[in-house]
Amino acid sequence: MDLNTITTVAHPQTRAQLPAWAAGDAWLAGGTWLFSEPQAHLARLIDLTDFKWPALTISQSQLSIAATCTIAQLDGLACPSDWLAAPLINQCCRAFLASFKIWKTATIGGNLCMSLPAGPMISLTAALDGVCTIWRAGGGEQRIPVVDFVTGNQRNRLTPGDLLRQIDIPIAALKRRTAFRQISLAPVGRSAALLIGSLDADGTLTLTVTASTVRPIQLSFAKPPDAGALRDAIVQQITDDLYHSDIHGQPLWRKHMTLRLAEEIRRELLGAMPS
Amino acid sequence: MSFEVNGQPFARGPRAGQCLRTFLRELGHFGVKKGCDAGDCGACTVLLDGEPVHSCLIPAFRAEGHAITTIEGLGGDHGTHPMQQAFLDAQGFQCGFCTAGMILTCASLNQAQRTDLGTALKGNICRCTGYRAIEDALLGKTNVEASVEAGAAFGRSLPAPAGPDIVRGTARYTFDTAMDGLLHVKLVRSPHAHARIVAIDKSDALRVPGVHAVLTHEDAPSMLISTARHEMDWMDPEDTRVLDEVVRFIGQRVAAIVAESEAAAEEACRRIKVGYEILPALIDPEQAMAPGAPILHPDRTSANRIADAQRNLAAETHGEYGDVATALATSAVTYEGTFHSHRVQHAALETHGGLAWLDDAGVLNVRTSTQVPFLTRRALADIFELPPDKVRVFCERVGGGFGGKQEMFVEDILALAALKTGRPVKLELTREEQFIATSTRHPMRVHIKAGADADGKLTALQLDVLSNTGAYGNHAGPVMFHSLSESIAVYNCPNKRVDGYAVYTNTVPAGAFRGYGLPQTLIAIEAAIDELAKQLGITPFEMRRRNIVRDGDPMLSPPPSEFHDVLYGSYGLDQCLDLVERAMQADGPQPDLSQDWLIGDGVALTMIDTVPPAGHFADATIALNDDGGFDLTVGTAEFGNGTSTVHRQIAATTLATTVDRIRLRQSDTAHGGHDTGAYGSAGTFVAGKATHAASVQLAAELKAAAAGTWLCDVGSCVLEDNAVVSGVRRMPFAELVQLSRARGQPFSGIGNSAGTPRSVGFNVHGFRVAVNKATGELRILRSVHAADAGVIANPMQCRGQVEGGVAQALGAALYEEMVIDAEGRVTNPSFRDYHLPSFADVPRTDVFFAETSDTIGPLGAKSMSESPYNPVAAALGNAIANATGVRFTAPPFKPDRLFPALHAKFGD
Repeated sequence: MDLNTITTVAHPQTRAQLPAWAAGDAWLAGGTWLFSEPQAHLARLIDLTDFKWPALTISQSQLSIAATCTIAQLDGLACPSDWLAAPLINQCCRAFLASFKIWKTATIGGNLCMSLPAGPMISLTAALDGVCTIWRAGGGEQRIPVVDFVTGNQRNRLTPGDLLRQIDIPIAALKRRTAFRQISLAPVGRSAALLIGSLDADGTLTLTVTASTVRPIQLSFAKPPDAGALRDAIVQQITDDLYHSDIHGQPLWRKHMTLRLAEEIRRELLGAMPS
Repeated sequence: MSFEVNGQPFARGPRAGQCLRTFLRELGHFGVKKGCDAGDCGACTVLLDGEPVHSCLIPAFRAEGHAITTIEGLGGDHGTHPMQQAFLDAQGFQCGFCTAGMILTCASLNQAQRTDLGTALKGNICRCTGYRAIEDALLGKTNVEASVEAGAAFGRSLPAPAGPDIVRGTARYTFDTAMDGLLHVKLVRSPHAHARIVAIDKSDALRVPGVHAVLTHEDAPSMLISTARHEMDWMDPEDTRVLDEVVRFIGQRVAAIVAESEAAAEEACRRIKVGYEILPALIDPEQAMAPGAPILHPDRTSANRIADAQRNLAAETHGEYGDVATALATSAVTYEGTFHSHRVQHAALETHGGLAWLDDAGVLNVRTSTQVPFLTRRALADIFELPPDKVRVFCERVGGGFGGKQEMFVEDILALAALKTGRPVKLELTREEQFIATSTRHPMRVHIKAGADADGKLTALQLDVLSNTGAYGNHAGPVMFHSLSESIAVYNCPNKRVDGYAVYTNTVPAGAFRGYGLPQTLIAIEAAIDELAKQLGITPFEMRRRNIVRDGDPMLSPPPSEFHDVLYGSYGLDQCLDLVERAMQADGPQPDLSQDWLIGDGVALTMIDTVPPAGHFADATIALNDDGGFDLTVGTAEFGNGTSTVHRQIAATTLATTVDRIRLRQSDTAHGGHDTGAYGSAGTFVAGKATHAASVQLAAELKAAAAGTWLCDVGSCVLEDNAVVSGVRRMPFAELVQLSRARGQPFSGIGNSAGTPRSVGFNVHGFRVAVNKATGELRILRSVHAADAGVIANPMQCRGQVEGGVAQALGAALYEEMVIDAEGRVTNPSFRDYHLPSFADVPRTDVFFAETSDTIGPLGAKSMSESPYNPVAAALGNAIANATGVRFTAPPFKPDRLFPALHAKFGD
């Protein structure tokens, strides 16, 4: 929709050109959320496009995803065959409530900064041990794991003027075997629970719980848990107040779906392990 | 700056925060539609460098230097793109408002996406079709009949006349027009559920550059009205003002700002200072009649047609036949239950709104998105004390209605703004305003008691209904009366009792919505029939057969009605039950489901009067025009209901011609005559009768003229293939044009219909569902619908109306829900949080028609656009109960709602 209070759009190309942050400013990445709701408090957009950050950079140790990388760019990444976790990318893209038409515009950084419980790029990057690089408003950089970056429903560690620059994924995480489960109130609706499990070479099982909880929650098991141990761990570590409640799912149901999907993941990853 | 749209360069640049959607419309590309303006519905889809995007989410400045293709440019130099042709061949549209975006998206899909349409099309909402016809377009199916000989149009699957314009994006909807000097209206809305306005300071608002006027209750006529539009004003209470000094729900309009731009009007809305004295608010309908409850309309009386203002009762009804209490006490089996239906909305993709201006002759013109132009004209003339001929209300194509536009939500403000400023004005509601400030279905609590004897014959039916009409009583009474009428009249039962209360609350008003009360009570009644059958060991079909009215049986619902004009013009309920039962028993693929899935069947039926009571009028005129074709003028509006197609079919059949020779003019009070409006499924049954009568009269004129020339007996003349024929003599209509010139007056016919007597139509729906006892998920394995619509005027269109009604009802039964918090605020006023059915959500429904011919309806036809909605939630509830053994009494039947009871019964 038209944002009629916007009077200027800044187009910095370097960090040095960033204007001093002021009340009424907003970062503009894809704009798919910004332009979807009235923003009467805003007067200036700071467009990140002209930074021309490379969307995806692969090094020996990590995959770097620019905050401005679009969903479609990430989904289109040709992954090396030893990235066993590669299917997660498309699975998480498909978990978007929005269709492929939005994927061309919406960005990974935007999804993280919105910090909705159902943000599927949060699920993806948290499960893959992603680390955010933040340009602090006052200068300098800070690195925060995605799982700690999001602190609640539409809450995160950014303060006014902070800018999410990129998310780095360790290649080691992309080489883990993973399992994905998601449920929603409608066949292609917003995620009410989205769980990702991964199995490390050393046998560590990590479970990342998103969508059902107000923030991503990671549970790690050095030894493969049996069904009871998994259940106990979830019940202990995800207290009832952490389950999200809105029109897309009641908390009691989200809790039970979390327990159910976690067990499905455990079985898938551990195969015929004793229950 | 330079922009390229459909190959044409544009030098003009957008505003800083403007989105591509409005920029393209300002450049004249009206095919780019607004459904939500939030990226959820896809109606604004355009191609950016060949890739589909939602133009409402794209900052316009980013399109600079890129090639933009809108629906108008999709065909390029070749005229029609293959996907546009596919949508025409399959008639993959009804109102057509989503069609431009749908076609652009479909034309962009790759082969992989085409194999998973549920995912590929989740960003495109169609509110009308139920998606089957859209899938047909993608599959390359042709649903229209290619050519039909003269005089044989009725009963054939002919395409909608507006189709070519719809697929090209050139059909004009309400806002698809540009006017010089247009001012924009934005509304200041109440943040309080109940408050008295004690002060309004306009000064800051008026200082905003471009603001022309700030209109408040001090500027508005004081006349009390209802937003509901009915032929008979007595049907609705007088409880509403154009702008009131008391606000009774969050979102009620407080002031109207008229300004050069929407931006200026919005800024003024933020600057105006309104002082409120907060009044106690009543949110819970259960508390409405309790002693000490806040009174919403304390100064009104029964003279205002409010049943009991001191008890917040907008309307009430009580009646009993026989002795229900005694019958229940002595019945072999009984059932008692309480059901709650929730608040859902029409969600027509075109929002309410319109334009108004005074023309050189001093006529107030209102171009608006309405189902009732004539009744709106009457209301405006009354409110502003204008002669009726000084007010013109009209619509071109309307982007969906579903009952939501049988109201006056914007036209009064438009008229006030045009009259006060003397300038043309426009008001276009946002999607959020649709949710918080138009109307919804009436939420109802229905308490039912029912009994049957050992043979399964009903002994007693008792309903106690509490209907929540919200802050105003528009449609409160008629919806409640209707909910307690055909729903129980369809069953023979010696003892019936009803008690109904429609109460005011400080929430967004409820109003007319497809089905008009029947879906709410059917959830309870059809459940009770099943529960009695279960106790007796009788099948649901057999239980219904033993109790339904048969042709000629009295159709009774207490209290006695003053209207006795409902007749069995035809009867096909028995056929509908047989059709659904047979289809449910037919072999089909066995679902591959785990042990967690429980499978069950459910059925529900409905009866509907083919016309609302107390008079529903339509005039039609038809004349032979200079080229030997016909000009047909009707008042009824087209919003995807398909009546434009049917009217041409009726006229072409009666006049032995083809539909391409019938030129239709419609829905404009300037054309003269009267039309109550396109509601109550009257577009075919009532207005179609008028068209038929006019055509019959014209046919007689044409025959008489030919007989006069030939000096033969007019009785020997018939119409055949665009000519009058008598024996070997033949006079083509083109020759009759010469005759009409000679006599100095065109041949014409006038027809009218008063909507009485009325007939009855029937629908039966069957579902087979699978319910996952561990997750609450529900899958529809089979969906079957049988309709008794008399002679089917257009099988393709009628099937589409049934499928669309079923899909809309499934949305309400499974997903849609307006949530209102303790303060009375709608907490989910967007499509993102109000889940409309998308392609993936709607199963294919097998549609069957009973073979009947109605003695009252035009050429044997009956109405069929509302009633397919009615039995859906009831049938689904019965199927879930059959599958799980748990009776769920409050839709929507979402997984998180079903889960607690399933978990309690089946465990982990």
